[in-house]
Amino acid sequence: MSEATSQKIPVTVLTGYLGAGKTTLLNRILSENHGKKYAVIVNEFGEIGIDNDLIIGADEEVFEMNNGCICCTVRGDLVRIMDGLMKRKGKFDAIIVETTGLADPAPVAQTFFVDEDVQKNARLDAVVTVADAKWLSDRLKDAPEAKNQIAFADVIVLNKTDLVTKPELAEVEARIRGINPYAKLHRTERCSVALADVLDRGAFDLDRILDIEPDFLEADDHDHDHDHHHHHGHDHHHHDHGHGLKHYHDEDMQSLALKTDKPLDPNMFMPWLQNLVQVEGGKILRSKGILAFHDDDDRYVFQGVHMMLEGNHQRKWKEGEPRESRLVFIGRELPEKAIREGFESCIVS
Amino acid sequence: MKEFSPPPDSASIVSVTDRVKQVALGMAVTSVSFLGARAAFVGGEENVKFVDSQGEITTVAVHSGGILSTASDGKRIVMGGDDGKVVSLDAKGEVTLLATDPKRRWIDAVALHADGAFAWSAGKTATVKSGKNEEKSLDVPSTVGGLAFAPKGLRLAIAHYNGATLWFPNMEGSAEFLPWAGSHHAVTFSPDNKFLVTAMHEPALHGWRLADNRHMRMTGYPGRVRSMSWSAGGKGLATSGADTVIIWPFGSKDGPMGKEPAMLAPLQARVSVVACHPKNDILAAGYSDGTVLMVRLEDGAEILVRRNGTPPVAAIAWNAKGTLLAFADENGDGGLLEL
Repeated sequence: MSEATSQKIPVTVLTGYLGAGKTTLLNRILSENHGKKYAVIVNEFGEIGIDNDLIIGADEEVFEMNNGCICCTVRGDLVRIMDGLMKRKGKFDAIIVETTGLADPAPVAQTFFVDEDVQKNARLDAVVTVADAKWLSDRLKDAPEAKNQIAFADVIVLNKTDLVTKPELAEVEARIRGINPYAKLHRTERCSVALADVLDRGAFDLDRILDIEPDFLEADDHDHDHDHHHHHGHDHHHHDHGHGLKHYHDEDMQSLALKTDKPLDPNMFMPWLQNLVQVEGGKILRSKGILAFHDDDDRYVFQGVHMMLEGNHQRKWKEGEPRESRLVFIGRELPEKAIREGFESCIVS
Repeated sequence: MKEFSPPPDSASIVSVTDRVKQVALGMAVTSVSFLGARAAFVGGEENVKFVDSQGEITTVAVHSGGILSTASDGKRIVMGGDDGKVVSLDAKGEVTLLATDPKRRWIDAVALHADGAFAWSAGKTATVKSGKNEEKSLDVPSTVGGLAFAPKGLRLAIAHYNGATLWFPNMEGSAEFLPWAGSHHAVTFSPDNKFLVTAMHEPALHGWRLADNRHMRMTGYPGRVRSMSWSAGGKGLATSGADTVIIWPFGSKDGPMGKEPAMLAPLQARVSVVACHPKNDILAAGYSDGTVLMVRLEDGAEILVRRNGTPPVAAIAWNAKGTLLAFADENGDGGLLEL
């Protein structure tokens, strides 16, 4: 996939609950002097006041695919819009899809994996979620959409941090990390995040799964741009950490990390993974992994959205590089015990 | 599986490649149709380029942006653009503005009736304008995927998510919904007015026999069907989407129900466009590797019109008499063949 990746037009999906600051971020992206032209797809009833030549109103139509896969939904309007936009190739460098605050990011993401024509021309770059530091904690309690958007995100822009106290900020961050410890988190006021931190992330590029995420699957997640901030995403009991941070385990949305330094049997692992996403794909929002197979000098990488998986041999294991397999699932009510046991059974003993 | 790929200069296939007049259009092409004696190549944006039998090119500006949809009856081409406009272009090269969407929404689909009526869609709304009558609009439950007029009477088929809607614009409350799960794009009536066929978002066609709305599932394609063309007399529907031309039989009252389609002209490339000859049982097919073939429906005999090795063929059309064939690839390298 990587060879053609560079010619494909990158698509950034911008989500976030109502009023979190999506439009502010969008306007920043469009107005900054970066020499790039964006085609912007906005929801029809979204906020106005976006100044851009190529702006397209979308209807957020979620279509089920007729392939017997119940959670395999796509955005029908996006399929159509992408088709039309491809007639104007060369007039823009990248595409931004803004969703409504109530939208589920999965159908948007899946559109870029399911539709043959869309896939030929464009690649999903990252799901960027703008969250309101003041209100997110409340929304996580009463709005499943807000939780979905956090769980699905590759990048989280935690906005309006000036409106909360330090302990409040710590609280909301802990709640975010309880759901999704892997997304890059940026604290902002008025969405003042460096554009390089939200654009051209390659979050769905198999080749960049590790390069762009040095914290990937690490037990400790350090954010470089602010205070110490520790998460033990897989260690869910509440405990104090010297910084007074609480650790939340969201009641129904969580992440699950698996790791082994023993080689996996591909003949066991692949059917297990495929079966897992077939059976539990409705619950699994995102999955990623780097795998070391028995008798295989190449590193295997995969990533998935619900039931859809893509994977490939990425490169040779480097000399001295620990041949570890690491996987992460983010989802709702994940059957942790069954997943762990299934994974263990794929290890070559 | 039998695979057949004619090597360049192969003696085993009749070639007319040396009789093709090359046309360098210098723009991305999305469709072509004949207006009078000239071929009119529709660009991906802004322009239509007329090409006469001498290969002379005349450019006409039609939209200020992308051209999203086209329909032609041989006298004019009606086009919808991302500028929210519906325009028509006649054989003389005259452009007429037919309608403007008040919100400047994209014009996703257009259709043209033999008697001059035309239809367009923006979002979920389909609109028909016939003669001096006022515009009539119908909202369907989701965005319109395709439009087609029935060959008889003023009746419009509107393809959308989970089915198609049939509508007599001049009859209040006449909309009839034909359900079928999934997203429906292009739509076409059989020339005898007995069947309606849609190209779906998944690689399949769906059909309804209009007498009793019986379903016809036409599946097995490896890719989405982008191009459909009725054979002369309407006995077969030729389609793109596979590595052979797939032709579904519509000669009997049951249509293709329980029958196998004919599979002609297999190559190691996907068929991207098809155009049946208006009078004879011949079709022309363009492929994803740039090949253009003429194929006899009866026995599948092939004539090579254009060799492979270019981007996909994006447009192909016969003139009304069936004496000229025009085609172009995605990058605008085209050709005219006189028979």
